[in-house]
Amino acid sequence: MELLEVRDLHVSFPTPDGLVQAVRGVDFTVRAGTTLSIVGESGSGKSVATQTITGLTRGARVTGEARFDGDDLLKMDGEALRRIRGKQIGMIFQDPLSSLHPYYTVGWQIAELIREHENGTSKAQARARAVDLLKLVGIPYAERRVDDYPHQFSGGMRQRAMIAMAMAMNPRLLIADEPTTALDVTVQAQVLRVMRRLQVEFGTAIILITHDLGVVADLSDDVVVMYAGRPMEKADRREIFYSRHHPYTEGLLQSIPVPGHRVRLTPISGQPPSLVTPPPACPFHPRCPYAFDRCHQETPPLRPVNMSPTHLSACWLPLDPDGRVQARDELHRRRSGSTGEGARTDATSVTAAPSRTATSQPSAGA
Amino acid sequence: MSARIPITTDSRREPSGEVLLRARDVVKHFPVGGRSLRGMPRDMVHAVDGVSLDIYRGETVGVVGETGCGKSTLARCLTRLYDLTSGTLEFEGQDISTLSRREMRPFRRHMQMIFQDPYGSLNPRRRVGSIIGEPFAVHGLADGADRKRRVQQLMELVGLNPEHYNRFPAEFSGGQRQRIGVARALALRPKLIVCDEPVSALDVSIQAQIINLLSDLQAEFNLTYLFIAHDLSVVQQVSNRVMVMYLGSVVEVAPADPLYATPRHPYSAALLSAAPVADPDLAESRERVVLMGDPPSPVHPPSGCRFHPRCPKALPDCSEMDPVLEPRLGDGPEHLAACHHPLADDERLPVGGAVEAGIPEEES
Amino acid sequence: MTQADLAVAASEPGPGVAVAVPAIAGRSPWRLAWERLRRDRVAMVSLVVIVLIFASAIAAPLVADLTGHPPDAQFRETGLTPDGLPKEPSAEFWFGTDDLGRDILVRIAYGARISLLVGVVATVLTIVVGVIVGLAAGYYGGIIDTVLARAVDVVLSFPFLLFAISLVSVTGPSLWVAIIVISMFSWASVARIVRGQVLSIREKEYVEAARSLGSSDARIMLFDVLPNVLAPVIVYSTLLIPIVIVTESTLSFLGLGVPPPTPTWGGMLDESTAYYRQAWWFVVFPGAALLITTLAFNLFGDGVRDAFDPRSDRLTAG
Repeated sequence: MELLEVRDLHVSFPTPDGLVQAVRGVDFTVRAGTTLSIVGESGSGKSVATQTITGLTRGARVTGEARFDGDDLLKMDGEALRRIRGKQIGMIFQDPLSSLHPYYTVGWQIAELIREHENGTSKAQARARAVDLLKLVGIPYAERRVDDYPHQFSGGMRQRAMIAMAMAMNPRLLIADEPTTALDVTVQAQVLRVMRRLQVEFGTAIILITHDLGVVADLSDDVVVMYAGRPMEKADRREIFYSRHHPYTEGLLQSIPVPGHRVRLTPISGQPPSLVTPPPACPFHPRCPYAFDRCHQETPPLRPVNMSPTHLSACWLPLDPDGRVQARDELHRRRSGSTGEGARTDATSVTAAPSRTATSQPSAGA
Repeated sequence: MSARIPITTDSRREPSGEVLLRARDVVKHFPVGGRSLRGMPRDMVHAVDGVSLDIYRGETVGVVGETGCGKSTLARCLTRLYDLTSGTLEFEGQDISTLSRREMRPFRRHMQMIFQDPYGSLNPRRRVGSIIGEPFAVHGLADGADRKRRVQQLMELVGLNPEHYNRFPAEFSGGQRQRIGVARALALRPKLIVCDEPVSALDVSIQAQIINLLSDLQAEFNLTYLFIAHDLSVVQQVSNRVMVMYLGSVVEVAPADPLYATPRHPYSAALLSAAPVADPDLAESRERVVLMGDPPSPVHPPSGCRFHPRCPKALPDCSEMDPVLEPRLGDGPEHLAACHHPLADDERLPVGGAVEAGIPEEES
Repeated sequence: MTQADLAVAASEPGPGVAVAVPAIAGRSPWRLAWERLRRDRVAMVSLVVIVLIFASAIAAPLVADLTGHPPDAQFRETGLTPDGLPKEPSAEFWFGTDDLGRDILVRIAYGARISLLVGVVATVLTIVVGVIVGLAAGYYGGIIDTVLARAVDVVLSFPFLLFAISLVSVTGPSLWVAIIVISMFSWASVARIVRGQVLSIREKEYVEAARSLGSSDARIMLFDVLPNVLAPVIVYSTLLIPIVIVTESTLSFLGLGVPPPTPTWGGMLDESTAYYRQAWWFVVFPGAALLITTLAFNLFGDGVRDAFDPRSDRLTAG
C-alpha cells in the first residue's frame, strides 16, 4: 500500500545570485511499513525534498504533489500540516539539539507533545508514556533520566531521545534526515538497531536520507539516488548494489573502499554542479565517464532497466546488461583512443606527469 | 565493466626500517571545570594518557577511535602544537619534546598537518596564492615571482587550476579547498604529514579523489603519514599499520590486514563489526556486536582496562589491573594488544551481551 | 553551501581538465560586501548624504565667501531685529541669524567641520586602541587577558560626565580634550567586541594551520586574526561615529567641548536655548543638521552590517 506518493516535485529558492533549483522533478513512493532511502551528496536536493513535503522550507517555490494517504500535503494550510507532522509523520534530524529544547527536561518535552496531540491525557499518563518511549529506544535507567535536560545526555542518547519524541504518537511515517551522520560507528549501530526494531514492532514506514551507502545497505527496501535535484536511479536495495545501471551510482560505489580489497579507488572526477545553472540535459554528463552526444542534448527520463518495473535509471546507455557493457566499453575505447591517456582523468593522475613535479618542490635543504 | 582495476603492487609503500618519529609515554591532560581557590585545576581531562608509537619513514600509520578517544589531541601533541604534559618525542633522533616555539621552527618544515574542515582550515580573507605561499613566507624561502611560480606548481600538483591563484577560499568547493590544504602542507616538502580526518567532511566521491591524491603524493615524495580517521574502511585503505585508541590510550596496534582480520582487543572487534559496509549481503550475514552505552568520561576514566565497563568479555581482573600493550596469543612483535582476555583467531565476541544490565553511568 | 560555491562550481572545469581559463581575479569578501551594500538603496542614499555633509564641511569657507558672512562676524545692523533678537530666515540669511547676529547657515557649515573632525578622529583613535587591546587580550589570554578585561570593566563603569567635567575644569575646554575624553570612554566596548571575536577565531583551524607552519604570533595576529575581526569593527565604527558626534555636541552643549566662538552644533544648540520661543530657526537648523548627520551614519551603518552579515550570504541546499 502506498503511504506517501510524491509526484513531479520541484523546489527552488530565489537568492541574490539567481534561482537555486534544489529539486527539479522528483517522484517517489513510500510503501507502508518499508524503508525508502534517498541517497545523494551535498546539494543533491535530498533533504530539501522531504523538508518541502513537511512544510519546513520557507520562501521556496514549490510545484508538484505529495499525497499522504490520499491528501496532498503541499496544498494543506499550516495548521493541518502541523497536526499531521508529529502525529502521522515523525521527523528526526542530524542534530538532535535542533528539536530538543535546552531549558526543558527530555521527559517533559515528550509528555507535552503527547498532550498536545491527545486531549484528555493526564500529566501522569503522559509522563509514564515518556518513560516507556525512552525505554523503547534503549535509554538506560529511563525512569531517572526522564527528568534530565538534553545537555545531560550524550550525543547518541540525544539522538535516541529524539527518536522517542518522533515515535511518541506512533506515526505512520518517520523521516530520518542523516540520523547517524554525527555519531560514532558504535553509537550509529545502536541507533540503527533501534530504528529497525521500531519498524518491525510498529510497522512504521521510514524515509532515510543519507549520504552513507553503508547505512543504505543496512536499512532500506527501496533506494532513490539523487544528483543535482534529480533522481538518477531508483531500484530496490539489492539492485542498487549488485546490478546498478546509472554511472553516477556506479561512481559512488567505486568511491568507497571495500574492506579487505585494497585496490586504487575510482573517484568521480570533477566537482559538484551549480544549482543555479545546472548542466543542461543529463546533469551528470560533465562528470560522467561514459557521456556521449545525446547526454548533453536531451534529458534522459527514468526508464525501466532490463524490463524490470521496479528498477529505473535516468541514463541514455542501453538498458539491457549486455548492451550496456558493450556501449560503455565502446565509449571508453573511443575516448581513450582519440584524446589520449589524460582525457578522462581523476584529478590525482595529474601527479603522474613527472615533468611538472620535478621542479615544483623546494629541495629539503634549500 | 568493472572499473576497479586491481593493482599488482600494493598501493601502500613498503616502509623502511628507519624511525622518523618516536613517541614515548605521551601524556596530555587538559584542566576542566575551573580552578579551586588555591589555583589548582579541579579536574583533568585525560585526553592522551601514555601513548608510545614509532613511525617509520615512508609508512602510513592509521589511527582510529571514536569521538573523544584522543586521536586529534595525539596528532597535535606529535606535531608539538600542544605542549606535552609528560613523555618524550624524538624526530629523526633529536628530542623535540620540550623545545620552545622558536626552537621548533626548523622542525616545522619537516612535519606538516592537513586538517579536517576544508572550510575552517583556510583563512577566508586571504587569497589562495597567499595561503599556499605562506610556508615560503614564514620560512623566508621564496618571494615575489619565485614564490608565485612555486605556488602555481603546487596548485597544479594537487589538481587545482593555477589560474585561480588570486581567488578566495569561498570560491572553491569543499574538495578543492581540501586540495588547497594539501598543497599548503606539501609546500616545504615535509617528511611527515599528520592528516587529521582529512576526508571526513567531504562528499563520498570527493573523498576518493583526496585519498588517491594523498597516496600518489606519498609515492612521489616518499612521505610518511599519520592518518587519523573514524572511518575504518578509509583507514584500512591507506594504512600500513593501524592503531586503535580508546579513552586516551592505545588498545591495539598492528599491521592493517591482521588487525582487520583478527582483532585481539574486544574494542577493536566491536568497532570493526559496527562499521557499516556498503554490501547488503555482507551486512545481513555478519553478526554485529552492538556495544551498549557510551564511552565513559575522560575526566574520570575507569580503573584497570578502560574498556572494561562496556566489554562483553570483562572479568574481575580487568577492572583491577592495567593491561600492557604487548603481543598476545602468539602474535608477532608487530601486533600488540592491551587486553587480559584477548580474542582468539576464530573467537566471536558475544553479541549484545553481558553489559546490558550494567551500562556505565556517565556524569549526570 | 554558499552562493559563491554554487557560482564557482558552475564556472569551473573539473580539476585535471587542462583548459586555459583566463586569469580570474577573485572576488574578495570585502568586494562581495561592497557589492551587497551597493544594492541597498537606503544605505546608498545615506552615503550620498554623508558625502554631502563632508562636502559642506570642506566647502565651509566657500559658503562664507558666497554669502559674504564670515562665521564669527556679527551683523548687528542687518542680522538682528531692532529689539536685538535673532532674525528669521530671509534672502540674506537663509537659515536666519543667532543672538549675536551671526549667519546660522555659515556656522552650521563650519560646525560640520568640528563634528566630523571629532567624529572621525575620536572614532579612529577608539578603534585603534580597542583593536590592539582586544587582540592582545583575546589572543594571549591568561594574565594579559585578565588585566585588560579588568581595565575594560573599570572604564565601562566610570562616570563619564563627571570625569569630563572635572578634567575640563583642570585643562579648560578644547577640541583635543573633547576627542581624548570621548576616545578614553569608547575604546573599552571595541576591545570587548574584538576580544570576543578573537576568542572564537583563535580556535579556528586556519590559526592552528598557521601555527603548524611555524608562524610567529605577530604574523598570525596580523594576517590571520586581524582581517577576520575587521568586519565587525567596521560595522561598529560606522555606528560609533554618530554616537561620537552626539557626544561631542553634548559636551559642547554643556560648555565642556570646543570653546566659543568656534561654531559647533552643540554650542549653537546651547546658545539657542534662551531663544527657542522667539527664534525657532535658531534651534531647528543646528538640530536638524545633527539629526540628519547621525541618521545618515546610522542608516549607513545598518546597511554595512547587513552587507557583512554572513547569514544573508547563506542558503541551504542538500
